[in-house]
Amino acid sequence: MAFMQLEGLGKRYGAIDAVVATDLSVEKGEFVSLLGPSGCGKTTTLQMIAGFVDVTSGRILLDGRDITHAKPASRGLGVVFQSYALFPHMTVQDNVAFGLRMRKVPASEVHQRVAKVLQLVRLTQHAERYPRELSGGQRQRVALARALVIEPPVLLLDEPLSNLDANLREEMQFEIRRIQREVGITTLMVTHDQSEALSISDRVVVMQAGRVTQIDVPYTLYEHPRTEFISGFVGKANRLCGRRDSNGEVQVCAAGEGDLSISLRPEKIDLRPAGEGRLQGQLSSRFFLGSQWLYSVSTPLGELTVVRSNDGSPPLNEGTAVGLDWASELLRVLSCDEVPA
Amino acid sequence: MSLLANLRQGRHGYLLSAPALILYFALLIVPLALTFVLSFNVFDYGTGIQANAYTTEHYRSLLSDPYFYEIFLRTLWISALTTLLCVLIGVPEAYILSRMGTPWRSIFLILILTPLLISVVVRAFGWSLLLGADGLVNQVLQALGGSPMKLLYTPFAVVIALVHVMLPFMIIPVWTSLQKLDPAAEHAALSLGASHFTVMRQVILPQVMPGVLSGTLIVFGLAASSFAIPGLLGGRRLKMVATLIYDQYLSELNWPMGAAIAVALLLLNLAIMLSWNRMIEGRYKKSLG
Repeated sequence: MAFMQLEGLGKRYGAIDAVVATDLSVEKGEFVSLLGPSGCGKTTTLQMIAGFVDVTSGRILLDGRDITHAKPASRGLGVVFQSYALFPHMTVQDNVAFGLRMRKVPASEVHQRVAKVLQLVRLTQHAERYPRELSGGQRQRVALARALVIEPPVLLLDEPLSNLDANLREEMQFEIRRIQREVGITTLMVTHDQSEALSISDRVVVMQAGRVTQIDVPYTLYEHPRTEFISGFVGKANRLCGRRDSNGEVQVCAAGEGDLSISLRPEKIDLRPAGEGRLQGQLSSRFFLGSQWLYSVSTPLGELTVVRSNDGSPPLNEGTAVGLDWASELLRVLSCDEVPA
Repeated sequence: MSLLANLRQGRHGYLLSAPALILYFALLIVPLALTFVLSFNVFDYGTGIQANAYTTEHYRSLLSDPYFYEIFLRTLWISALTTLLCVLIGVPEAYILSRMGTPWRSIFLILILTPLLISVVVRAFGWSLLLGADGLVNQVLQALGGSPMKLLYTPFAVVIALVHVMLPFMIIPVWTSLQKLDPAAEHAALSLGASHFTVMRQVILPQVMPGVLSGTLIVFGLAASSFAIPGLLGGRRLKMVATLIYDQYLSELNWPMGAAIAVALLLLNLAIMLSWNRMIEGRYKKSLG
């Protein structure tokens, strides 16, 4: 049996279903992300696990124990909030020690454990400071230390990086992953940022309108998105219409001529000289992203996005006629993503 | 540079703030200075205030007469008790208010503020109707078989009416500091194993201390100088400093003595409020900025 298990977990607010019968198993030491757009129920799910929101239906099992209706204090989970929720009137040290003091841990042990965890998050030098004297990234690490010091069975992260600027966010992603590996703690993170979910999770749970639509390891999620929604939400995708030919192989066709919905990733399309390849088109615009060029190509099948890595060769000019090609096994057939109501 | 910024520079700045300065000077500084000078004027019961003759006699009698000590002391403990009761009632009330849902919060906030729209005199008369010898409270007591109690013209009546009047001045600053709190901090403390009581005492209360401090300063200052409520509910016997000043001016016609008491009250009030502010702020300044 899994370390943490959600069984048919649901939450109703009046007539609105925020979360519908969610099943999820998390193994010990695993890093799982709940990914979805805002309002998809991911934060509500996390808050039910933390005990801040009452469960309408289903069960939450932690290490074989039913904690569905336990008080937040008795669950002993570590929670990191989007706003960090540090205690502004306490020093970093006192913030981190709070959970241990609540557990009546002897003073000498408190001191020792706080020092150890501050070293883990690299904040030893700032122990005497107050939260308002720290930068966003440092506050984030205090919040992490405060949650980790009580040695919780599960760490819950609620949009932990959304208040940081882009560079710092990337740095903290690796930092969180490093700390999670070092401590070996089971972690559940809520995020709306697909690149964040893909880069640091062992598995990603995609939620949409209160339901789980796909659970997979990041690579499979990206390469084999199950629905139209996921293909568009996780990474970029060209959406095409397709049909099966007499050999049962998938072929791309003009919109309205096929009954299949197809996804083709921009980096899987080859740029060829005009006249070659499966499809002819004209470059309508280009965007420079530093490590990559993003081309938009007008074709009879619509605007297609193509990504080329910036290998130092001169980029194509707007207005150039090009041929597009791809391997047919890279086409992904999607299911219609209208979730049943 | 814009016109406005230009105007703020140099002479223009003084010119623009002149209306406010004149008002402040004419209505506060001048009367205060006149009161201060008046308190040193020689007074004779037969001939009145002597021009150009000065004495410190009023201050000396203020310091030597136990009658004044009693009234000052009473004013202090009534004000302090009022402040304490306002903290005990106002802080939880502000907290409950901040936790209410959208329609109710505004309704209750307005309910708390509406008494401010009614004259203090009217409210004091309301209390005297309730607490009088044959007022509603005593009627109920008698109907239940008890004997009537003397409620009006006691410190009890003054304190209860003062708390009623001052409560909004405690609730509003505390409510303002509560608005700045991150509600997630409470969740964080709960998830770390704190009880609701501990969350209140160790997380919420320390953060709203600046609001409580402003509330106590406003309430104490207003209570110590309150006039209508002790005048109407304390009666002739239970005097507080403000009613004493009134008597000196209008019954005894001893204006210099009244002025001396007023200056003494002002200085005492200032000293208490400044040292209280220093004591509390010193404790919370470092952490709350």
